[in-house]
Amino acid sequence: MTVEIPKEKWTGQVREVTIGATAEDGGTRTHTLTIGGESTLPFLNFEGNIPHRPALAIEIRDRKPDDWSPLLMETWGEAMESPAAWAKAAEEAGADMIYLVLSIKNADGEENTPENARRVVREVLDATGLPLAVAGPGQADVDNELLVPVAEEAQGERILLGICEEGNYRTIVATAMANNHLVQSKTPMDVNLSKQLVILISDMGMPLERIVMDPTTGALGYGMEYGYSVMERLRLAALQGDSMTQQPMLVNPGWEAWKVKESKVGEGVPESWGEWQNRALEWEALTAATLVQSGADMLILRHPETLKRVKSMIDALLASAA
Amino acid sequence: MAISGLEIYKLLPQTNCKDCGYPTCLAFAMKLAAKQAALKDCPHISEEAAEKLASASEPPIRLIELHGEDGKVEIGNETVMYRHEKTFYHKPGIFLRVRDDEDIDAVKANVAEADAWSVDYVGIDLYLDGFAVEAASGNAESFKKTVAAVMDSSKKPLILLAPNPDLSKAGLEATEGSQPLLYAANADNWEAMAEIAKNADVPLVVHAENLDDLADLTKKLQDKGLEDLVLDPASGGYRESLHTFTTLRRLAVKSNFRPLGFPIISFPGAQDGVDESLLAAQHIAKYGGFIVIEKFNPSSLYPLLVLRQNIYTDPQKPIQVKPGIYEINNPTEDSPLMVTTNFSITYFAIANEIEGAGWPGWLLVTDAEGMSVLTAWAAGKFDAERIAKDAKAFGAEDKVKHKKIILPGHVSVLSGELEEELPGWEVMVGPREAMDIGSYLKAMWKE
Repeated sequence: MTVEIPKEKWTGQVREVTIGATAEDGGTRTHTLTIGGESTLPFLNFEGNIPHRPALAIEIRDRKPDDWSPLLMETWGEAMESPAAWAKAAEEAGADMIYLVLSIKNADGEENTPENARRVVREVLDATGLPLAVAGPGQADVDNELLVPVAEEAQGERILLGICEEGNYRTIVATAMANNHLVQSKTPMDVNLSKQLVILISDMGMPLERIVMDPTTGALGYGMEYGYSVMERLRLAALQGDSMTQQPMLVNPGWEAWKVKESKVGEGVPESWGEWQNRALEWEALTAATLVQSGADMLILRHPETLKRVKSMIDALLASAA
Repeated sequence: MAISGLEIYKLLPQTNCKDCGYPTCLAFAMKLAAKQAALKDCPHISEEAAEKLASASEPPIRLIELHGEDGKVEIGNETVMYRHEKTFYHKPGIFLRVRDDEDIDAVKANVAEADAWSVDYVGIDLYLDGFAVEAASGNAESFKKTVAAVMDSSKKPLILLAPNPDLSKAGLEATEGSQPLLYAANADNWEAMAEIAKNADVPLVVHAENLDDLADLTKKLQDKGLEDLVLDPASGGYRESLHTFTTLRRLAVKSNFRPLGFPIISFPGAQDGVDESLLAAQHIAKYGGFIVIEKFNPSSLYPLLVLRQNIYTDPQKPIQVKPGIYEINNPTEDSPLMVTTNFSITYFAIANEIEGAGWPGWLLVTDAEGMSVLTAWAAGKFDAERIAKDAKAFGAEDKVKHKKIILPGHVSVLSGELEEELPGWEVMVGPREAMDIGSYLKAMWKE
């Protein structure tokens, strides 16, 4: 019997967003990174177009972090001593983009400064040709104080600036617009809030082609199913033609997974959790692999091994039929 | 696939005879659609209509049950493509493969260890569902012996991976008293396998290289009277299995295509060049049914089972944490006691913050029906009376000697009432957001 394969016909598609600028466009990146553009659900390219693969970014810091898992400290080792070295190591590990997070304080416990933020961004831009994202420490006043000079320093590079949240987005959007950058629009696991912040940002005059939507996901075991379903709903809405949900989606499995006990701690946990290193790596990889299935266009990771594993999964998912 | 009241009405006699107990055929049809009446209440229905209705009311994916001597697994009966549309009902079963060409004592030890393993996840016991015993030796006696040995070491349900009728028979002789899944019928052996599955009254896997052949086979098996089938669409790696499983789910729930309305079995670790955990994760998220894994490794199995729990959580009923007083970082009687609700996300946010900040502490989780702090407070499920009751019931007095309790900042209005409900206790008002707990304790808590 011939089984008729059901196919969905969608009317909408995800917007294409390009991060980074080469010399041709006034930047210094060796290549640009385009995400989005899908006209079907994740990897179902038998019924629609998937022009770009989900991108994998590695998170680095402006200085060696104090509270990261020893497993991460071990794997990056010396490179963590300098943002430039760390960025290079991330590029060698196969990252598509560098996601640089600025710390709230320096190693001596003093406030981070605009000068330091500028310097670090310059070093990272000089060290690698990869497109760059820069996020503030996540405290509104400090974010604004650091990100404005960063946006100026990186003028023309089309970096992704973050993080715009409902309570603090105007300054970041304004400086991103003034310096030809993009923004990360983050909302807490809710379809309508996601849409609303995209609307607010675009109302300021930011073109939709320069907004990446971060729906927030939670880690495996810590609420990820909410994020997963919000992403599925956003993507379905996008494909059904709801314009303000058509931004590519960015998720952060590295940050989500490495703060949970299962990956952070090797001692004082139940024996039945199994061997620590493998468990920790599985936590990040499974969080990422699951979110890839719910429509992530860009994933920020911390461990190079996770990058390798998820990359090979994505390659296989998008390989042409044998 | 659900059938509407009007569609049912068209199949009824439309005489409004009232013999069913309802005033009109339409009223009866509506009750049928809502599953509040049974078709047999209509004495005048034609045989043809009855058949149509019965088939329309069957679940789009047949429910398959396996039984061990103790414990069972139910897979199937799914009705939606995405969990937010309703929910995913029956978690995929995760089975560990063991082979009869391995040393039998090693098999026994391996099975016993995997059988005993379990993890507590927010008060839910996570464990392996059963074992898939493979007749790798090709020898019936050896297979039978190994199946018996597995049954000695575990009472969980089994899958018998027996590629031909003789081996299948041998395996089934050892599983009497339980209901394993038999693997598998194919284009060459289906008649003999059908006979064996029917006699033993066990569900049967159907294997074919493509969906056309698979549908042909299930049809033939159904004609032989077999209803309990499981599909092995030879799914391959990430891409092929995502496309195939999605197609199968669509055919069942959207097209109501009967020949392929059965759960799927997959072997994510048996594919070349594939990362077993990541493909198993994909099969959990996207439409897998029975998932056979190759190795028992708690540090991989634990995250997979947590993922399964997450994906199969009813979106309308968030996971709840068991109410009680939780210990964080080995607290003493001088450590702070904080209170929150049993919504799992709230619990995790707070527990993680306290833990991350390095504070030993006690966390009183009250029964707020799985709602977050503000929602529960608004709904009257998180008030002074409830907090006091749970504080007493879970023995707060015995845990700390300082008699101080820290309320979430969002419900500071409760502090007066709570002091009345808990005489002798000092009620402190904590921060509104979990992320501020560390700095709050640093500023406010003196041991």
